[in-house]
Amino acid sequence: MMGVMTINGRRVTFTDEKNVLSVIRKAGISIPTLCYLSEMSTFGACRLCMVENERGKMFASCSEVPKDGMTIFTNTKRLQKYRKMIIQLLLGSHDRDCTTCAQSGDCRLQDLARKMNITDVPYQDTRERREIDVSSPSIVRNMNKCILCGDCVRACSELQGLGVLEFTRRGADALVSTAFDRPIAETACVGCGQCRVYCPTGAITIHSNVDDVWDAIGDPNIRVVAQVAPAVRVAVGDAFGMKDGTGVMGMIVNAMHRMGFDEVYDTTLSADLTIMEEANEFLERLSKGEDLPLMTSCCPAWVKFCHDQYPEFDRNVSTCRSPQGMMSAVLKEYYRDPENAGGKKTVVVSVMPCTAKKMEIRWKRNYTKGQKDTDISITSTELVNMIRDFGLDLQMLDPEACDMPFGLGSGGGVIFGASGGVTEAVLRRLAPNHSKQLMDNIADCGVREKKWIREFSIDYKDRRLNICVVSGLANARTVLDKLKAGEVHYDLIEVMACRGGCVMGGGQPVILGRTPREARTAGLYRIDNNETVRKCDENPLVQNLYKGMLKDKAHELLHVHTEE
Amino acid sequence: MLERSCYDLADRCIEKHGKKPASLIPVMEDIQDELRYLPGELLSYVAKQIGVTEADAYGVATFYENFSFEPKGKYEIKCCDGTACHVKKGIAVIEALQKELGLSKDKHTTDDMQFTLETVSCLGACGLAPTMMVNGKVHPRMTPDTAVALVRELRGDNT
Repeated sequence: MMGVMTINGRRVTFTDEKNVLSVIRKAGISIPTLCYLSEMSTFGACRLCMVENERGKMFASCSEVPKDGMTIFTNTKRLQKYRKMIIQLLLGSHDRDCTTCAQSGDCRLQDLARKMNITDVPYQDTRERREIDVSSPSIVRNMNKCILCGDCVRACSELQGLGVLEFTRRGADALVSTAFDRPIAETACVGCGQCRVYCPTGAITIHSNVDDVWDAIGDPNIRVVAQVAPAVRVAVGDAFGMKDGTGVMGMIVNAMHRMGFDEVYDTTLSADLTIMEEANEFLERLSKGEDLPLMTSCCPAWVKFCHDQYPEFDRNVSTCRSPQGMMSAVLKEYYRDPENAGGKKTVVVSVMPCTAKKMEIRWKRNYTKGQKDTDISITSTELVNMIRDFGLDLQMLDPEACDMPFGLGSGGGVIFGASGGVTEAVLRRLAPNHSKQLMDNIADCGVREKKWIREFSIDYKDRRLNICVVSGLANARTVLDKLKAGEVHYDLIEVMACRGGCVMGGGQPVILGRTPREARTAGLYRIDNNETVRKCDENPLVQNLYKGMLKDKAHELLHVHTEE
Repeated sequence: MLERSCYDLADRCIEKHGKKPASLIPVMEDIQDELRYLPGELLSYVAKQIGVTEADAYGVATFYENFSFEPKGKYEIKCCDGTACHVKKGIAVIEALQKELGLSKDKHTTDDMQFTLETVSCLGACGLAPTMMVNGKVHPRMTPDTAVALVRELRGDNT
């Protein structure tokens, strides 16, 4: 449908916008919302997007289909009054301890209150205080700060196909909760943190481990060794006012050195190891014709999802540890040698775009010799907090290179941070050489298509490989259901729990009003394009590791052990 | 762990209303009619069978006052405190019953599982205010004395 409407006295044309709100925003007029998320169903609860027509009728613009000839006003005196009152009512039943809130500064409610010049709240909070749920290693739920916008409820069910969170009770007692109000850790929650990404307030925040890191750094008997995941480098800059998707790995390394990390390594190295192992596993399964399709195991939220919801596919999931797990296992093995250890205890800290990684490090099957390899996992958001806490301005720092001997990864490792990256890296590994033509062909085979579920085929030797790349667990559910029904046949399935992959992980900085998915993805591909080494098997560190440390220990250090 | 018969009941209810998400409320109602409460464990089972999430089913069950996760007493007394009953001193009836049965605003069922006392908003019989309902039967024009007498009669007291 095409048409013209009048917004605040100006003519605005529209085409296929699904609601009036989109037309208004397209016209460059900002209108506040707390419950509207373009990728999810329209909820219409917050009422902030109310507009007024020429007859004085008010309606929620998110829930109204654009019609030709409409006349609306977005900022009349009446609307201003109501909007302000809505925010005041929300604040009236909101735990307003902003100064000690993890979300302070990034809170949409706080932002709106400031923009609307709200300086007093005439309503008293009479709700009973709810206990804070800290049961999950990934997220913290403080329902005293919940404004019942339902964003987390929809993220969990519509994006992630889980539906762990739901509205319960009603009226003044309404509460977003789990089944039977169980602690979140006792539900099917996979720790992906997407609820936290969409929460406009501090009701759901990252379970912070920053203090643990400072404690380790402050202990002179501890060597703090860090690894930084691919997707972190294109997101941290956002929080320091840089252009979305700017690659800032060198600045991160500089900042971490200054803060007291003894060594900073790049998880792209273990991403390369992952590809070495996973490609082998894939070829082996192909030749035996067993346990196909191979499903990737880099994403812990997906691994838990598959195990909980589709145990019949347990055997299909790769036995490879995630890059985080492989890196930490290699680092710990290196420092097991007393000569390398130099009498110090080694603490491995991973910096991840992900809240589920905090859960993964606790899984016993990822342990080596009965010990936890990754001691502390923090998210990119927590790293940002540490950098700010230390008083550094990232933008002012000169880039520094990672340390050796584990500081170099291939371009194939860098693109792990984007949905399709793991598959592309596998295909590069299977490719006979590194010609520009071949690399371009792989990039264009469909692996980078802008879809949540990508399906494509590629020729390998004498057979045709059917591949599926999927991101978002609700989309993964669709694929697995079809697979179960025998409607589709694949040889390889890559799954990332968060839509778009780790660049949009639950631990990444969330910048008010921006969805930097494409910018961050492009940022990773840009870094990859700049790398000389783009295939994991060309990485000299990988070659050295296989000749040295991993010679007899690849299985022990790089794969999960399910025996116990 | 519930008895096998409860699961059989759930299966029968699901079969009657169809294995679909829309059957959630009718199935819950049937189970509660039969058992006089809705065991949480059974709700989880029903949710799984008809394809709704456990949290969703819990959300529906807590939305409606009528569903109860607590076992109810043999006699389920609903005292009305709707507008008409309230004006006609329904509160006094409720307070008298609470005193007689040793119940309170937070404790609804007697320890011997004989009586459950609930306050409801309207029984739709305002002309007969103040009203109370015992296991589906409406008792009109109650006073604290007649209410207590009724409870004693049900309990089999001779006094």
